[in-house]
Amino acid sequence: MSEQFKLTINGKSHTVSADADTPLLYVLRNDVGLVSPKYGCGQEQCGACNVLIDGEKAFSCSVSVKDAAGKQVTTLEGLGTPEQPHPIQAAFIAEQAAQCGYCTSGLIIATKALLDKNPNPDMDAIRVGLQDNLCRCGAHSRVFRAVRRAARELAG
Amino acid sequence: MSEEIKLPGSLNTDARIDSWLALDAAGIVNIFTGKVEFGQGVMTAVAQVGAEELDVALERVRIKTADTGATVDEKLTAGSGSIEESGTSIRFAAAAARAILMDKAAAALDVPRDTLIVEDGTVKSPATNRQVTYWDLMGGQKFDAEVTPATKPKSPADYRIVGKAAPRLDIPAKVFGGRAFIQDMEVAGLLHGRVVFPPSYGAKLKSADLEVAKKIAGVVEVVRDGNFLGIVAESEAAAVKARDVLAAACTWEETAQYPDEDNLYDWMMSQECEDTVVEGGIPVDKPIPEIVTPADAAHTVEAIYARPFQSHASIGPSAGMAQWDGDRLTVWAHSQGIYPLRAALACAFDMPKEKIRCIHAENAGVYGHNGADDAAMDAAMLARAVPGRPVRVQWMRDDEFKWEPYGSGMVMALQASVNKAGDIIDWNFDVWSNAHAGRPRAKKETAGFIACWHRENATPAPEPVDNNGKDGGAHRGARPYYDFPKTRIAKHFVKPHPFRVSSLRALGTFGNIFATESMLDELAHEAGLDLVEFRLRHLKDARARAVVEKVAAMAGWDPKKWGKGKGQGIAFNRYKNSKCYAAVVFNVEVDEATGVIKTPKAFIAADAGLSINPDGVANQLEGGLIQAASWTMKEAVRFDPVRITSVDWETYPILTFREVPEIETFVFQRVTEKAMGVGEATQGPTPAAIANGVFAAAGVRLREIPFTPERVKRMMAEAKAAR
Ligand code: FES
Ligand code: FES
Repeated sequence: MSEQFKLTINGKSHTVSADADTPLLYVLRNDVGLVSPKYGCGQEQCGACNVLIDGEKAFSCSVSVKDAAGKQVTTLEGLGTPEQPHPIQAAFIAEQAAQCGYCTSGLIIATKALLDKNPNPDMDAIRVGLQDNLCRCGAHSRVFRAVRRAARELAG
Repeated sequence: MSEEIKLPGSLNTDARIDSWLALDAAGIVNIFTGKVEFGQGVMTAVAQVGAEELDVALERVRIKTADTGATVDEKLTAGSGSIEESGTSIRFAAAAARAILMDKAAAALDVPRDTLIVEDGTVKSPATNRQVTYWDLMGGQKFDAEVTPATKPKSPADYRIVGKAAPRLDIPAKVFGGRAFIQDMEVAGLLHGRVVFPPSYGAKLKSADLEVAKKIAGVVEVVRDGNFLGIVAESEAAAVKARDVLAAACTWEETAQYPDEDNLYDWMMSQECEDTVVEGGIPVDKPIPEIVTPADAAHTVEAIYARPFQSHASIGPSAGMAQWDGDRLTVWAHSQGIYPLRAALACAFDMPKEKIRCIHAENAGVYGHNGADDAAMDAAMLARAVPGRPVRVQWMRDDEFKWEPYGSGMVMALQASVNKAGDIIDWNFDVWSNAHAGRPRAKKETAGFIACWHRENATPAPEPVDNNGKDGGAHRGARPYYDFPKTRIAKHFVKPHPFRVSSLRALGTFGNIFATESMLDELAHEAGLDLVEFRLRHLKDARARAVVEKVAAMAGWDPKKWGKGKGQGIAFNRYKNSKCYAAVVFNVEVDEATGVIKTPKAFIAADAGLSINPDGVANQLEGGLIQAASWTMKEAVRFDPVRITSVDWETYPILTFREVPEIETFVFQRVTEKAMGVGEATQGPTPAAIANGVFAAAGVRLREIPFTPERVKRMMAEAKAAR
């Protein structure tokens, strides 16, 4: 049974109609048109679908639209734009921290969650902060550099 | 153009300038490549090449990748060949275009051609202070000319764009949430498809309750064609839900079919094989000679190494999109071969290939032949149920793990000898393997897509054949690049194929160089020689020596400086014995109590000739190393007698951000040498460098991949008991 849900995404409110158990991932991608979260596994194992919910990193493949309703959802699109990139996005470009880029959105979100809590993470903290995200292309060492650069930039 | 004239790259397929580039939109250079992007940066590299030859800013270049309706047939994007094939074609086409533009400019400005200069697409006459742009000269017209053997591209000494790091053109969209991937494409009237796969190879559908799936809101069609089952729905969420519901409403008849997982390698070595002797990299049908240990051998080592079947395991599962309009079919796919896909689809649907258009669209990295072509076929199967409407299919995670074609398992048995002087005098290498090829084929009897196995008028899986060309499939990397006086290389192509297999990045190189470079270590230890010196003394090629020496220097190579449980391992490979040189060192730590191997740091030194985009080259080398480290330490396709049991990231784990090494990379820039692909250069040396590092750190010799903690612990306990 389809129901109406009010979502706040990247600061804007949206009303969508969907089954209550529909994963937020599909609502974001297909109903709201925000395609940065990707389907990778659907079972909280890869982080390709990462978004922030009330500032916390979440797997949008495993959060239902019902549970996301009324909360603040942030996707990659809500961080910055090509004209006004968020420092983390700018750092990922500066370090060319991607190969295929399928994991990139999730990694930038995970980095945001990490740096919000710990603005000056050491290598171990960075590794732990990204441990729920998989990258098959092996862009890891560049991602580490991007996270360190972003931390520096954000610290000013 | 007459047949005898050989043009470089893919120009023999099509030498027309207009097939490779167009100046049809003001201020823009459109470049067409028949190759495809999957994160390896090929778009950026060919853009650099085109911008260089035309003397325009890189920002002006737009790249169109493989599309049977718009680009030249450049066959597969594989084997590190894109730069040589497509890059070279674009280089010459752009050079020919520039020559025409200069002639036109000379006429338009009424000055001699050699007095003109070009700045970012504007031709200037300093003498008369007049200028004209390329786009004014062309006025939207085509070049209507061909590349000829007389076409002369720029001298590398004059390069300003090629050879310098360039930011990848495709990255911004992926950092800002652009519609970069096939899954993201917005298409009018799009429907979503999912396939309900059988639970195992060869399973037969006994019963299926299609009605339960039809009842789900949003489901448009439930398709059954023999054992092929699928859903078409208005929304993706409905398609996924219906897929699960239908899967639960099916019963299947399954059969036990796989060998014993614990004895896989014994099983492979005991099967019927096609035996050949590999001479100069080519398998030759003749009796395999006996091994004769030389009389002057001071040390002889025998060892057997093995690698399991492994998954491509793309982060984004395979996807495809298709639309039927009457008797015409349009397919969007992330296949590595858009033209070959079209030819195979034409056979699968028994229709003329001219009625099919295949367009490349990006997905996550594929690293060889994964489920891309199958998912495209699935989309075409499902779209038939809804004529006129596009259907997009994405496999679910377990579909990918169960149905993608794997990289083949391999067993390598070696025997080698050194003499008293420490020179290798005899080298015997036997490799057992299934095929490393299995792409769809242009054959009506068997196009090779999974859907063809399953549908009503099923065609069986094609008989597996390996690539028997020079340094082709299972034997790629089997002949040593070192100068050994006597070698005997045998390929045993194992005929029974328990699994669906195809090309996985670097093909046989991964297993063969693991074995070769491990054996070198074993011999050097046996003879008490330094591992770096031992390699150098058998390498004549100065460029090969340079990468080995460089990586040793970068890593501060000194076996004596490490304490207990720590060490370094080194390995070298020249990919396909003719492409990129790469040497790697791993710093390795082994925890005796847990058996866990840590690789905090790795070093790469490589020589790919002219590196068009040095940063892109480093990115590929590093990515290859991390992926190969993951294959080495973690990965194996798991199975019981009936089913594949590695079905998600828990049962098929890969290296995580906690575990990957930090990497230092050095790439020799050799502007006057031929550009060589780099995507597979670090796959070979990585497993051996880790194994050699483990030996240095803990004294155990790992010969079977993956190096799981259980295996390491067991071996360390055995070694202790033996002491
Ligand atoms: S898709 Fe959500 S964690 Fe993988
Ligand atoms: S860049 Fe391809 S999966 Fe990470």
